[in-house]
Parts: sequence; structure tokens; C-alpha cells
Amino acid sequence: MASIDEGGGGGGGHKKGAGVKKAKKLSTRVDMTPMVDLGFLLITFFIFTTTMSSPTTMQLYMPKDTKDEDLNKAKESGALTIMLGKNNVVYVYRGQLLPDASNLHTTTFKGVRDTIIQMKKDVINAHVHDAGCTKIQEEARVGNPNVKPPILPDPNWKNACLDKDLVIVIKPDEEATYKNTIDILDEMAISAIKRYAMVDLFPIEKDLIKKIESGN
Amino acid sequence: MPSVKIPRKSTFVDMTPFVDVAFLILTFFIMATKFKPEEPVEIKTPNSVSTKDLPEDDAIQVTFDSTGRVFFSVLSAKDPKIKYDVIKHINDTRSLGLTEAEMKNFVRVPSVGVPFSGLKQLLAIPQEDQKNFKQPGIPLDTLGGELYYWIRDAVGTFTGKKLLFLIKGDNNAKYPAFKQVLNAFKKNEIFKFQMITMLEDAPAGSELAIMRNREKAASK
Repeated sequence: MASIDEGGGGGGGHKKGAGVKKAKKLSTRVDMTPMVDLGFLLITFFIFTTTMSSPTTMQLYMPKDTKDEDLNKAKESGALTIMLGKNNVVYVYRGQLLPDASNLHTTTFKGVRDTIIQMKKDVINAHVHDAGCTKIQEEARVGNPNVKPPILPDPNWKNACLDKDLVIVIKPDEEATYKNTIDILDEMAISAIKRYAMVDLFPIEKDLIKKIESGN
Repeated sequence: MPSVKIPRKSTFVDMTPFVDVAFLILTFFIMATKFKPEEPVEIKTPNSVSTKDLPEDDAIQVTFDSTGRVFFSVLSAKDPKIKYDVIKHINDTRSLGLTEAEMKNFVRVPSVGVPFSGLKQLLAIPQEDQKNFKQPGIPLDTLGGELYYWIRDAVGTFTGKKLLFLIKGDNNAKYPAFKQVLNAFKKNEIFKFQMITMLEDAPAGSELAIMRNREKAASK
């Protein structure tokens, strides 16, 4: 295919004919071009079929459907509710939703990280030390080598319980996609949120989202 | 003999090293390639920062696509017998009347997404031809539907073993589909799941990235 025929290389044989009788020195050289062609064809095939990035798994723990004590006990000042709407829009509010919905903010998946970080900062600033806190600090200071993967002793163990009042409530709307849900759970991992829960929307919130979405 | 004419230089290039390299790369790709089993649907999973690897054994997987069709599969790469036990168990509890050959076929099928009533029909088709068969998905409702029984019987077969529950969803699937799958698990008193995602890096400067760097430094 791509080789150029020439007489060199120790006795080429392009003068074939009935009249040629003398024995020629035959080349021991093999034309490798087709082999290379085939090789690269196969390489291309395998490159296309190979999936290099192997899938990973993400842990999710769901609460039992009984009344969630933990959630009810959450301090209002430390609660952040994230609602996922249509078209990757995110609605957030702190504490309780006000009747006039003035504390409801609309953001995106890019902006929600800053909201979470800001919330975390505010909760840490408002933190008051108590007995339960000492226990959490001690656990962080020692770590836990017995679990897999082992929890390393935290050099910043003094800060371990500062965000213990922070609870994030995730409420995906019916129009939210699975990707949205995973993304927001991922944000919890990214910002190291220890307490979060995924629950259903209240009817009032559902109506509110609908109203906002139809208004746009 | 003094040469008068300039010898013709050969244009023949020695391809041997080229071939060597080509086949080296080829060998690498052949080794690295792992053919994924042909799934009845193509699923594009979301990304996450999670680094845990996907298990191949002792897991049951529920897949849902962008239209909300749900598929069920048993992962037991090491021991195909388990898969056979699962379908046998389901066949007994749901009295589906599957033949031996149909149950053997289930072992080869990567995942099924048909109601119990259509299972016999699906398993009568050889595995290679099943991609032409449009599977409607396992019926679900808020209480779990038939998926509940699939999970229950699979868990029953695996008793005494550590079993993982994998959920694989499409990017564009709606949340209610995910919730119904979760409900089917919850009804079986299962509250711990692994969701299949593709790896992405923790964003620079985030708490997770700082934590991971610290762990990396500690392991050195």
C-alpha cells in the first residue's frame, strides 16, 4: 500500500518476465507495512473500546422512615435547607422558611458551595462550647485506626465540634434530576458537612417553587 | 571494480522498531481493556468526588435510565452459582414457572428490566438476541412494586454474606425515579447504598481537598 517499489535493497525483482532466467539473490527483507497497518488498526480499536476511568461508588445512608428525631432537634440557627428545582436551579434558606419567603434565595450549583461555606462559617462563629463538644473533640484527637479506612487523628481536633449544630436538609423537587441529587450530595462531601439529610419537600415549599418557576 | 554510477539508495525504511512499538502499545491496550457487559440501556452516570472502587462481587445493582425504566442485576463475577440461586429463589417465591434452561440464561444476562409476568418471555430469548427486545423496566410504585420482591429474594439468597447495594442512575433521570428505587430498598430495611458515579477531583481549596492532602502526606 504505502511502500515504494524500487530496485535497491539487495536485488529487487521488478524485471520479471519469461526471458529472465538467471537466479536472483532474493531479499530477506520483509515488507512490514501491512503489519504496521494492522497493528495500528487494532490499537485504534482498543483505544476506542477501552474505558480508562473506572466507576466509583458513593455512599449514601438514608434514615428510617420513622419520625426523625435528629432533624427535629436541629437548632434553627444551624439549619440550612437546599431545595433542588427544575433546570438545575437551587433554592436555599436558613432556619425556618418565613411566611413571605423573604429568606429564600435562588442560586445555582456553582453558587451553592459558597452558600454552604458561608453557612458553615457563621455556625462556627456562633458556636458555644458544651459537654457534648468535649466528647467530639476527644474522638477527633484520638482518631480511629480500627475502621477501614482508618480515621486519622485530627491535628485540628479543637475545631472538630465547632460545626456540630450545622445540619443541611436536602429537598429535591420532582423536576430535579438524579444528577442534581448526586451533585448536591457531593457538595456535602466537598465541604465536609457531617450532618445532612435528604427528605421530601413540604407542600408549602412545593407550591412556592412552582410559583417561582412559573413566574420565570 | 571501480564504480562509476552512484549507487541507488534504498527508500526502503526499516519498519521493525515501528512494529515493535506498535505491538507494544497494542499489548498494553489489550491488557488494559475490560469489556463491559452489554447492558440493555446506556447509562451516563454523574460524577462525584468519591474514590471508592466499584465492587464486582456480592452486590445487587438497580439501574434506572433517563425515562425511569428500572433494571435489576446481581453482581457475582466470582461465583455465577449465586446468580442462579437468586433466580431459582425468585422462581419459587413468585411461582414464575421458569424452566431450567431459562434460569441458566438468567445467569448470562447482565440485567433484567421486565415485570415478573414478562420474565419467562425474556429469558426464553438467548442472551445475544436480547438487545433487540425492548425491556419496559421493572414496575415500581411508591411502596417498591415488584422491585421490592427482587431485592427481598436476592437478599434472602445472600444470607450470611456481606451484600452491597448499588444504585446506578442516569444523569437525566428525574428524582422521583430515584426515590422509588430508594423506597423499594427501604421497605426491605436497607438503608445503606452505594451509588455508582464517575470519579472527579475534589475542587482545589475545598475542605475535602485539604483533608485528602493531609491524608496523603500522612501516608508518605
